[in-house]
Amino acid sequence: MINAAKIKNNQRISVTDIPVLPYADFLEMNTALTKDIYFHCVNYFAWPQGHDIRLICCIADDTTGHIIVSSSLVVSDPSVKIPSFSAQQLAFHVFEREIHENTGLQYSDHPWLKPLRYPVDRSDLLSEISNYPFYQIESEELHEVGVGPIHAGIIEPGHFRFICNGEQILHLEIQLGFQHRNVEQQMLKLRTPLQKTILAEGIAGDTVVGHTTAFASLWESLCGFVPGEDMLHARTVASELERVAIHTGDLSAICTDIAYQLGSSVFGRLRTPVINTFQKWCGNRLAKSLIRPGRNQFPITPYVVDALNTLFDAYEPDLNEMYQRMKTLPSALARLERTGTVTQQQAEVIGAVGMSARTSGLIRDIRWTHPYLYYGQIPHQPIIKHHGDVYSRTQIRKQEINQSVKYIKSLIQKVPETSTVGELPAPIADSFVVSLTEGWRGEICHCGITDSQGKLVLYKIKDPSLHNWLALALAVRNNDISDFPICNKSFNLSYCGHDL
Amino acid sequence: MKLNISAASVFSDLRILYHQGKQYIPDVTTVEVPGIFRGRPVISKLDTIGEPIDLRTLEEICPTGAIKSNPVRIDLGRCVFCGECQHKFPSLINFTKDYKISAVRRDDLVIGEGQHQPMVIKPEQVRKEIRKIFKRSLKLRQVSAGGDNSTEWELNASGNVNFDIGRFGIDFVASPRHANGIVITGPITKNMAEPLQICYDAVPHPKIIILAGTDAISAGIHQGSDALDRSFLDNHTVDLYIPGNPVHPLAFINGVLKLIGRK
Repeated sequence: MINAAKIKNNQRISVTDIPVLPYADFLEMNTALTKDIYFHCVNYFAWPQGHDIRLICCIADDTTGHIIVSSSLVVSDPSVKIPSFSAQQLAFHVFEREIHENTGLQYSDHPWLKPLRYPVDRSDLLSEISNYPFYQIESEELHEVGVGPIHAGIIEPGHFRFICNGEQILHLEIQLGFQHRNVEQQMLKLRTPLQKTILAEGIAGDTVVGHTTAFASLWESLCGFVPGEDMLHARTVASELERVAIHTGDLSAICTDIAYQLGSSVFGRLRTPVINTFQKWCGNRLAKSLIRPGRNQFPITPYVVDALNTLFDAYEPDLNEMYQRMKTLPSALARLERTGTVTQQQAEVIGAVGMSARTSGLIRDIRWTHPYLYYGQIPHQPIIKHHGDVYSRTQIRKQEINQSVKYIKSLIQKVPETSTVGELPAPIADSFVVSLTEGWRGEICHCGITDSQGKLVLYKIKDPSLHNWLALALAVRNNDISDFPICNKSFNLSYCGHDL
Repeated sequence: MKLNISAASVFSDLRILYHQGKQYIPDVTTVEVPGIFRGRPVISKLDTIGEPIDLRTLEEICPTGAIKSNPVRIDLGRCVFCGECQHKFPSLINFTKDYKISAVRRDDLVIGEGQHQPMVIKPEQVRKEIRKIFKRSLKLRQVSAGGDNSTEWELNASGNVNFDIGRFGIDFVASPRHANGIVITGPITKNMAEPLQICYDAVPHPKIIILAGTDAISAGIHQGSDALDRSFLDNHTVDLYIPGNPVHPLAFINGVLKLIGRK
């Protein structure tokens, strides 16, 4: 029944080990698999090969920790339309929109093949960011509100188009692509592993550890290099510290958007010592330069252990005190509770990942289902919320902060000795690797393929925001438009991670 | 009873305030960055090192081609501050903790062999109206054009209770109509080229342009990407370059203060 390669997170296989199925079987198998909630698509992309397109689909099996990889070869012909996965499982919609936009592959029954990010090498150059086909409703009762691409604050660009009934949002459409830098192509063009690593650090500069860990693990695996215990350990500590830092900043931002000045200032200043600890550790507040494939550039020295312990001794009581205070304020809770709700069913249908999924009762956490680094040993237990509202997304941040602090404190009690390693070998020819990490937003997936010379020929990046922007659009329906900022902030999705 | 509750509330707020201690940095022009910081590099003179340096390797390890030799120099407008050159050639290159790394002229971002003195912005380099009009109040509009949200983050941090750039009359504002200039981050993507131009045009005269971060100054690691359109920079004069990956809040604050002649 299942004709596919079953691999583990970061396991290298030969490209030839991925079976090529007839499209009908490929479609049938993958859509049938994902009917089960414990199976979801982590990446589905096109690999152009001359006139043909090889479609590669990676389904995560949460029950066994495998990734089920299959493929199909289709002809690139604009007059031929093939049936879509999305018509059966909507969660595929975003992948098929990308495939269509990049290659021009036509679908007969995709619900809406609207543009995704206007990549520079898109198949239809007549489709431009200035003539995006917005959804429209003809009615004298309704009006539209357009916001962006440049927003009021210091924030990345994206356009939001609301259709409102009075003050109430009927529909929100999010148009992205302004940030497109063509990172996936640049990854192939850049020559040295260091260059590629620096590029990975900038996929989303607020998730440096998440994306760079995904890249470094993938690259090491392509090269057949086994990272030392100290490297895995340091990356685990960094991942959790990044989570603490951003979650703290987000709590501040949420308070800002409900005009709660004390919370905004206190959470805001509490982030400073956390990122300054990254500064002490590696010389960069956002952890750029900390992670390098093949080596542990900044080992966790007794000085770093001391800095982390000192940090948390002062940080945690102040964080808990401020959070407890906020919880007693009816004026704050009234803005958070039942605002911007995403139901569990919605989260399932759209394939939400990470925090967005976990606040709607859907267990999606790569640390738990596909453990990497030290997550198999911690052992990690995901925090789940059920209301799917802004308050759930506030609560989960606070609880994940406490959980991450606990993990770091325990991890740094025993730091593995720094391993001595030689030069990283060159990537092995004809290899395929999927690398999954759980960034603070959620599941990050990188896929890499090398050719017969061991040269990287395909690199695919998926930020959790790719799925979760739709969750925001659904969350704001029937909410007042004045609550849009707080809804947006409670998701805090990435523009550049989406646009690449 | 009601009075008691509100009194308790006031006390818990006061207790929180008390627990924060003093958070603001009294002097943002002299404070030291904690831990390691890769700021202004110092390059030793080759003839004083006493060991041979493989200049070809030196140039090649730099991921963005910021290092050139004969004489050895680093272009901070291209540098991503990864520290790889210092890691491989510790006797030659040393990144100091000096965060005052801004320049008005693009050429001044190039640090040469044996250049030990701090970077300065000379008054005659700055357009006259900048110091005359914006010295005590400068409102800025930020435009992220392909920025990775790291420099954007640090620009936000410049306004928090620690760094508090607002104390100098410098603020980020919501509308270009209220602004005296724009701060650009990111390598300027094709898809953002038009919105950037529209935003700039909406700022009333006289106005300034600040490039914040290596991505904005030279496209950084995105050099050579075909998804960029940097023609905006060919058609307009940049008033301040602030290197960094990302720009540290202290680098930003000190750069702007120097530009407007406050420090």
